[in-house]
This record gives sequence, C-alpha cells and structure tokens, in this order.
Amino acid sequence: MCINEKWVNDLEKKELELLKLLEKNGRLEVETISKMIDLTVDQTKEMMEKLENECAILGYSTLVNWAKVLQYEGVTAMIDVKVTPTRGAGFDKIAERIYRFPEVKALYLMSGAYDLSVSVEGKTMMEISRFVSDKLSTLDTVVSTTTHFVLKKYKHDGIIFEEPDEQDKRMMVSP
Amino acid sequence: MTTEGKNFVADHINELKPSGIRRFFDLASKMENVISLGVGEPDFVTPWNVIEASYHSLERGYTSYTANAGLLELRQEISKFLSESFQVEYNPESQVLVTVGASQAIDVAFRAIINPGDEVIIVEPSFVAYVPAVRLAGGEPVIVEATQENQFRVQAHQIEAAITPKTKAILICSPNNPTGAVLSKEEMEAIATVVKKHNILVLSDEIYADLTYDEAFTSFAAIEGMAEHTILISGFSKAFAMTGWRLGYATGPKEIIQAMTKIHQYTIMCAPTMAQHGALEALRNGMDSVKEMRVSYRQRRNFVVKALREMGLECHLPGGAFYVFPSIEKTGLTSSEFAEQLLQEQRVAVVPGDVFGDSGRGYIRCSYASSMKQLDQAMKRMDKFVQSKI
Ligand SMILES: Cc1ncc(COP(=O)(O)O)c(C=O)c1O
Repeated sequence: MCINEKWVNDLEKKELELLKLLEKNGRLEVETISKMIDLTVDQTKEMMEKLENECAILGYSTLVNWAKVLQYEGVTAMIDVKVTPTRGAGFDKIAERIYRFPEVKALYLMSGAYDLSVSVEGKTMMEISRFVSDKLSTLDTVVSTTTHFVLKKYKHDGIIFEEPDEQDKRMMVSP
Repeated sequence: MTTEGKNFVADHINELKPSGIRRFFDLASKMENVISLGVGEPDFVTPWNVIEASYHSLERGYTSYTANAGLLELRQEISKFLSESFQVEYNPESQVLVTVGASQAIDVAFRAIINPGDEVIIVEPSFVAYVPAVRLAGGEPVIVEATQENQFRVQAHQIEAAITPKTKAILICSPNNPTGAVLSKEEMEAIATVVKKHNILVLSDEIYADLTYDEAFTSFAAIEGMAEHTILISGFSKAFAMTGWRLGYATGPKEIIQAMTKIHQYTIMCAPTMAQHGALEALRNGMDSVKEMRVSYRQRRNFVVKALREMGLECHLPGGAFYVFPSIEKTGLTSSEFAEQLLQEQRVAVVPGDVFGDSGRGYIRCSYASSMKQLDQAMKRMDKFVQSKI
C-alpha cells in the first residue's frame, strides 16, 4: 500500500514536471522529455495521451510575436465588461455568449470594479470598435464596457517579447 | 618577471602549478560556434528579487563597510537557514563569518589552522583550489583518491590509511565538483568516527548542499559529535546563481571562526556590502527560486546521463552539483586528447578529468548547467565524436 502510494505520488510529480516542461516548450521531443523525467518513451507518450484525454493538455500552440510579421498589423484590446448575472446561471451563461466569438482570445471572470475581462484581437481598431459596439454592448446583460487598446506587448504567458539577450555571459571554461 | 636576471616572484609561488583549466580556457575561447559544457557555474541569472534588493540597498545609501564578520542580520539569517535546513546550530555573533565567496573561506580556514608542515588530506578528484590553498598556508596536501568503483565516494578506511601524526584536517566536498558524487549519511558517519578517533578537523565544502537530487542533504556538522570537528564552508554562488557576487561563509567552532575573522579583518575588512544585502534577500525570499532551479538541474542531469550512456560511455549517476563525470576509457584517448579533439572536431568544450587530480585520468567533466537546446546539440555532437573513436 505504502509503496503504491509512493509510486502514485511519483507519477503525479512526473505529470507535473511533464506539464511544466511542455507549457514552456511544446516542441520538446518525447525522447528528450522521457530522459529528463526518467521514464521510457512509451510511458511518456502514455502520460501525454492521458493528460490530453483529461483535457489537462488542451493543445500545443506556438507563441507568435505578430509585430515581427510584416504584413500582419493586428490590434489587441482588453475590455472591462460589467454585466448583470442571470438567475441560476450566474456569470457562466453570459461568459459563454462572449467567448463563442472567434475574435475573443481570452476571457476571465474578475473580482473588483468590473466582472469580465475580455481580450480581443482584430486587424484594425475599427474592427474592434465595431465588435464592441455591435456585438458586445448589445448583449442584454452587459451594463457597460471600457476598452483599452494594447500599445506594445512586453511579456505574454511568461515569455518576454523583446529580443532576449541570449548571449551567455559566462566564461567558456571555469573551475 | 625578471629584471636583470633577478626573479622577484617568491619561490613557493613559482613552484605553484598553474591550473589546467586555464590552458583549456585559452584554447576554447579562441574558437567559434563552441558549445561549452566546461562552465563551473549556473546558467541562471541571479533571481530578480535578489538583484532588486541589492539595488535598493544602494539607493538607500548602504555603501559603507559592514562589521568584519559581515552584517549581523545576514549572519543571523545564515544561522537560521543552517538550523532549519540541516539542523546545525551556530551562534551568529561568534560562529559565522561572511566571506568573499567560499573560495576565501577555504583560504582563511587553512591559514587559520595550519602550522608549517601540517598535513591536510584532500580527496581527489577535487575542485582545483584546495591543494594550492593548503600549500599557500604552509601545509602539505596529502591526496586520497575517490574512485569509480565507489561512485567517487571516498571511504573512511582510505582516509584512515592516510592519517599521520602530522594530519591536521581533511577536506571533503560533497556534493562534489567535479564528480557530482554525494556521500551517504552512513559513509559520513564512518568518516566522522575516524576524524574523532584521531582528533582532527573536517573542512566540509558544502557549497552544493542545496543542489542534491535524490536524497536529502546531510551536513557533516550534523553528524553526532562532529560540530566541534567541522568547519562548514558554503556560499551563495551555486544554489542562488550568484557567482559574480562573491559571497560565501564559514561556520564552525567559536575559536576557529574567531581566528579566521582575525585574518579576514586584516586582509579583506569585510565582504562587499551590496552583495551582503542581496544575500539577505536570497535567504529570506529566495528558496522558491532554488527549488525551481533544482528541478531543472535534475531534469538536465537525467537527460545528460542517459545520453552519455546511450553513446556508450560509462557514467555513474551523480547525486548532486551540476556535473557529470563519464569515463572515456573506451575511446582509447587520454582525458586531454579527448577534450582537445572533441573541441577541434565537434566544437564541444568539456574539461579533462585530470585537471582535478591524477585520479581524474580517463574521465571528463561535463557541466549540465546549459540550456536544454545546447545540451541536446552537445550530446549529438559528442555522440558523433565518440562513435568515430570506438
Ligand atoms: C567545490 C567548490 N567549492 C568552492 C567554489 C568556489 O565558490 P565561490 O564562488 O563561493 O568562491 C567552487 C566553485 O566552482 C566549487 O566548485
């Protein structure tokens, strides 16, 4: 029993390690990961499949710095939304109405001065304004919206957007 | 340097061998596109809160000397840290000395205890500074070799065999640079018995104490009856990624720490003040960063050991530090040949094992304190090299 518990714990720890590694770099090869967390390749694949089935892993995406892509001039806005929660469904129902829009990239329920924080991406400011005036503020339960346009992205999902100073500042060989 | 044939440099300094690391550094730094696994320091930058705390101390004008032994607050924090982490108790007023790196702590420790001709047992392969430090203090280094058959963990009987009436101390470094080996508690207890029987000291270089990956670390000072026989040496360089800050410490029996403080007072005054303020923050709020770095090192250790074994090199699993020490015997090359040819042919820098003592012959030290991307590349290049030699 005890040994089993330890084994389960170990596995859980390894799952955590696996998730953290993949969160940082979704392109790590399974062979590499398996060596790092001391499992066989098959065990690692199995673990990944399990986590995918449990929706702990939702996908493997690439963080693109669109500012670097010439023809693409996108605009991002963060919109603070105040809503009236509906009886029974609370905020979930209105949240769903909002997150179904493809231009909505992120949506959070917030504590504090407003209720929902909506992150929206569009090609132009016009496009986003149109989204706010035509689609978002016309929803019944939406009381008010405040739109903030993002001027510059410095860091997103833990990754710094400026060219990192990747130069190794250490001496090549040291004791 | 000679002027009209006169050599001004002292004889005992002329006799001191230059470190083999230096030669290799010169070779590697002239080349381009080299991946270096030769670096003996973390690849992390110091945690931001530590940097910020040091900035802040400067902004507030903390730019003067501190007490010789270091800021009392820092000594208190060191004492608390050692007590909580390793169950060893030191009075911050009299048993803690803050130094310019563990390097200086090692130097003053030897100078404080060595009478001319005293012997100090050094376990090799070892960090390159110990033997010269003993010599500079007027002592005689006596070498004991830790070998692969014991996973580079020195055995008590080996130490006992090297003890003479002149033996004053033994230097032990676990987790070890360059082998990564970590002594087990039982092995330490056996060594402690020998140390107490012969009434000598242990200089325990515990700078990698927070970087152990399989088992909880035991300090030599925590072994029954060893507090009076141990000078514990540690520092911030490795676990907190603070090599450039030059900050370490020594703790031990009051008379010895006081003697060391006397030397320190005349030769250094005090460790850098801004670094001491950074270290204070490191101990107070830096342990989460250490934990994160430890996980990352462990993953990289696992990766590198497996990759080396897959290419056919014999490699023990090091329990700590950030080095692996594989045998390169299979290639038929000497350590230096291996390292030089690997550098020339595949542009990967490793350190020949014999730099760390004769017993390192036939081995190389690879540091895994490099990004996974670099480690992956380096292992692929090394694999090509090794396959071309065996
Ligand atoms: C075993 C060992 N002791 C001491 C030191 C020196 O550390 P510090 O930077 O604290 O002087 C090193 C650094 O490489 C080391 O590996």
